[in-house]
Amino acid sequence: MKLKGWKEVEPGAVIKEPGSAMKFKTGSWRSLKPRWIPENCINCLLCWIYCPDMAVKVKDGKREDFDYDYCKGCGICALECPGKKGKKAIVMEEEAK
Amino acid sequence: MARIVAVTGNEAVAEALKQINPDVCAAYPITPQTDMMQRFAGFVSDGKVKTEIILVESEHSSMSACIGASAAGGRVITATSSQGLALMWEMLFIASGLRLPIIMPVVNRALSAPLNIHGDHSDAMGARDAGWIQLWSENTQEAYDNTIQAFRIGEHMDIRLPVIICLDGFIISHSIERIEYIEDSDVRNFVGDFKAVNPLLDIRHPVSYGPLILPDYYMEFMRAHAEPMAKVPKVVLDVAKDFEKISGRKYGLFEAYRLDDAEIGLVILNSAAGTSKDVIDEFRNKGIKAGLLKPRLYRPFPYAEVGEALKHLKAVCVLDRADAFGGSFGPVFIDIAASLYPYKERPFLINKIYGLGGRDYLPEHAALVLDELAEIVKTGKVKTFKEYIGVRE
Amino acid sequence: MATPLSLKELSKKEILFTPGHRMCAGCGAPIIVKMVLLAADYPVIASNATGCLEVSTCISDYTAWKIPWIHSAFENAAATISGVETMYRSLKKQGKINDEIKFISFGGDGGTYDIGFQSLSGAMERGHDMLYICYDNGAYMNTGIQRSSATPFGADTTTCPAGDVIPGKMQQRKDLTKIMAAHNIPYAAQASPSHWGDLMKKVRKALEIKGPKFMNVIAPCNRGWRSKTDDAITLSRLAVETCCWPLYEIENGNTKITFKPREKKPLVDFLKPQGRFKHLFTPENEWLLKEAQEQVDKNWERLLAEEACFAPKETKEKASKEQ
Repeated sequence: MKLKGWKEVEPGAVIKEPGSAMKFKTGSWRSLKPRWIPENCINCLLCWIYCPDMAVKVKDGKREDFDYDYCKGCGICALECPGKKGKKAIVMEEEAK
Repeated sequence: MARIVAVTGNEAVAEALKQINPDVCAAYPITPQTDMMQRFAGFVSDGKVKTEIILVESEHSSMSACIGASAAGGRVITATSSQGLALMWEMLFIASGLRLPIIMPVVNRALSAPLNIHGDHSDAMGARDAGWIQLWSENTQEAYDNTIQAFRIGEHMDIRLPVIICLDGFIISHSIERIEYIEDSDVRNFVGDFKAVNPLLDIRHPVSYGPLILPDYYMEFMRAHAEPMAKVPKVVLDVAKDFEKISGRKYGLFEAYRLDDAEIGLVILNSAAGTSKDVIDEFRNKGIKAGLLKPRLYRPFPYAEVGEALKHLKAVCVLDRADAFGGSFGPVFIDIAASLYPYKERPFLINKIYGLGGRDYLPEHAALVLDELAEIVKTGKVKTFKEYIGVRE
Repeated sequence: MATPLSLKELSKKEILFTPGHRMCAGCGAPIIVKMVLLAADYPVIASNATGCLEVSTCISDYTAWKIPWIHSAFENAAATISGVETMYRSLKKQGKINDEIKFISFGGDGGTYDIGFQSLSGAMERGHDMLYICYDNGAYMNTGIQRSSATPFGADTTTCPAGDVIPGKMQQRKDLTKIMAAHNIPYAAQASPSHWGDLMKKVRKALEIKGPKFMNVIAPCNRGWRSKTDDAITLSRLAVETCCWPLYEIENGNTKITFKPREKKPLVDFLKPQGRFKHLFTPENEWLLKEAQEQVDKNWERLLAEEACFAPKETKEKASKEQ
C-alpha cells in the first residue's frame, strides 16, 4: 500500500470514515477456530452478545455462521454456548493451515 | 463610533470577549487572570452573552473541556496565567495538534518556585513551541485589539489553530488606561460567524478525533501542522488591514519604533516596550540614533521580517522577561539571534534579563542599556553577552 | 420506541462499534462497549480516556467507532465530554441544533480511579448530562499490568509483584462506585458483562435520567488476570456470584441490589482460575485468602444494610409484604 505524503493527511488526524476498522481483518490472529453446529443451536444468541469482535453473524434474529474475517478465536462463544441437551453448538478446533 | 473608556487590561479583554460572544467558556481562577474570567462570568449570569460557562476544577480540565467543546463545533474561550498555563501544558499540544481554534488570553505571571504572582513572561515562554499562535500586547488597547483579531486569525480556514493573547500581569491587567472600545456590531461583523470543521455534534457524519498514530505517519502529521503555521504571518497582516478599517489602528507582525535610521536598538516584549520608547525619545533628543522593535506575533516568529528590520543596526540588546536556565540566553534573544544569523553584516547582539517576578523595569534601566550599546558601537567590543539588570549583588 | 431488551430484537440493530478493532482476543472491554451502544436508543457521542480501548479502536486511518468519538488524553475523558456536552447545550439553546444526543465517556480503571479521578469528580459535581462508564480490569493493562487503586487485594501485578517479602497488593480496592454516589449524582451503578440484561437496563435507565451518571463495569483481562482467553464472561459472572463485584444501583441516594445470588459462592471460586492470585493458594498465604474473604463479606453485608435502609419506597413495601 502506498503511504500518503504530508500534504494528503487529514488536518488534526481526524478520521472521517466511521467504522473504517472493518478494513483491518483480525481473523489472521486466530490459532483456534470456532465451528458452529447448527443442529445443536437453540438460537439463544448468547454467542452474538458475548463476542468481543462482532464475529457472529445474525440475520433477522437468526444465527448464521461466524465471520472468520474478524474472529480472533478467543473461545468465549464456545464456553458460553448452552447447546442442546448437553451438546454444544460451538466447538473450538485447531486452526488448519 | 468608538467609545472612550478608562479600564484595566482584564476589564478590556473581558469586554472584547463579551462583544465576540463565544458559545462556550471554560474558566478556572488564577491570579492575575481571575478578575477577567469573573467579569465574564458576570456577563453570563446577567444574560449579556449567550455563552455557556464551564466552571472547571482545574486548568487541565479547563483546556480539556475547551478541546471537547471546540471539537464539538463552536467558538470556545478560556484564560489563564502562570501555574495554570503550566498545568495545561499537556493539553496545549493536543489542542493545536487537533487543529482546534481555541482563544486564550494569558495574563503573564512568573512561574514557581519560589511562588510569585507578579508579571513576567516565563509562563507563555514555556508554551511558545506548543503549536499555538502567540500575540503579545504592550498595553490595554493592544490587549483588547489583539483579542478581537485573534478569532479571525485562529479561525481562518487556512489556519485553524489556537491563539494565546499575552498581556502583562498587574502592570496591564490591573492598571487603568484610557482606551477605545469598538462598537459591538462592528466587532461582531469583523469576527463573523464561527465555521465548524469536522464537528462532533454532526451526528450524521461521525468523525473520530485523537487516533493513535504510529511511526509510519506521525512525522507526516507534524509536517502538516507546520504548514498552517507558515501561513499565519500573511493572515495576521490581512486581518490587521481589516481591523484598521473598523478601529483606525495599525498593526503589523511587530512594531518598529524609530528603527529605520537607528544605529542602536532594543528588542522587548509587552509593557516594558512603552517605558523603553520614552527613553529612546530622550536619546533621540540627545542626537543618538536609537530605536526599538517590539514583537507582536511571537509564534510563529517572523524570522525573515525581523532580521530584515534589524540587520542595518550596529548593536542590539534583546531584553527578556524570562530566563532560560542552563547557561543559554533568554528565549527572545535566541529568536533574534536566529533572525540575524543569515546576514553576513549584522549588529552586535547582547541579552539582558529583566523584570522577573514583577521587578520594576525603570527608564534608567533602558538608559543604561542604550548607553552600553553606544559604547559597544564606539569600541567594537562586547563586555558581557548576557547579564541580569535590576538585581542586587 | 425503545428496542426491547431481547437478544433477538437487539440483534436486528446496527452495532455502532465495528470489528477490526485490535483489542486482545477475549477482552472484556469491547463486549461492554457493544452492549452499551446497543442499549442506547439515542444518538451517542463518546469520549475515551487513553488506554487499551482507546489505542486499540482508533489507530491511524482505522476507527472502530461509528459514532462521533474523541480521545484527547489519559486523565480527562470526563472533562473532555463535559466540553462537548456544554457546546451541545449552547448550540441547542441558540437553536442551531435540534437532535436529542446522549454523551458517554469510557475510561479504564487507571484513567478513572487514579489519574482521571479529579476530572471525573469535577464533571460529576458540575452536573453535566453525561454517563461515565469505567471498564474496570483492575490494573494498568495497557502499559503492562501495573497496580492501580482498583487492583484487588492480594493480586500480583508488575509493580506489586508477589515476592518473597510482599505477597502482591496489600491494599483494598478503592470503592469508586460509592465515591461517585457520594457526589449526590442521580444515578450510580455497578454492572457486569455476564449479566447483559442487567447491564443494558442500567445503561438505558441512566440515559433517561438527566444529569451526571456513573457506571462501573467489571472488564476481565485475560492477559492481566493470567486467565484463559475464553473466560471473560465466566469470570465476570463468578465475580458477581461471589459478591466481590455486586450488581447494584444507587438512584437518588437509594441503594438497590439488582442481582442477589441464590447461593453466595466462596471468593476462591473467582480467584482460583486467575494466575494473578496463584500465590495466595499456598499454606503461608492462607491468611490472605481469609482476609480477602472477610473484606468481601463485610462489603456485601454493608451493601445489604444500605439497601435495607435506603431502598426506594416500593422495594421496601414489597419486601415488607413478602415478609
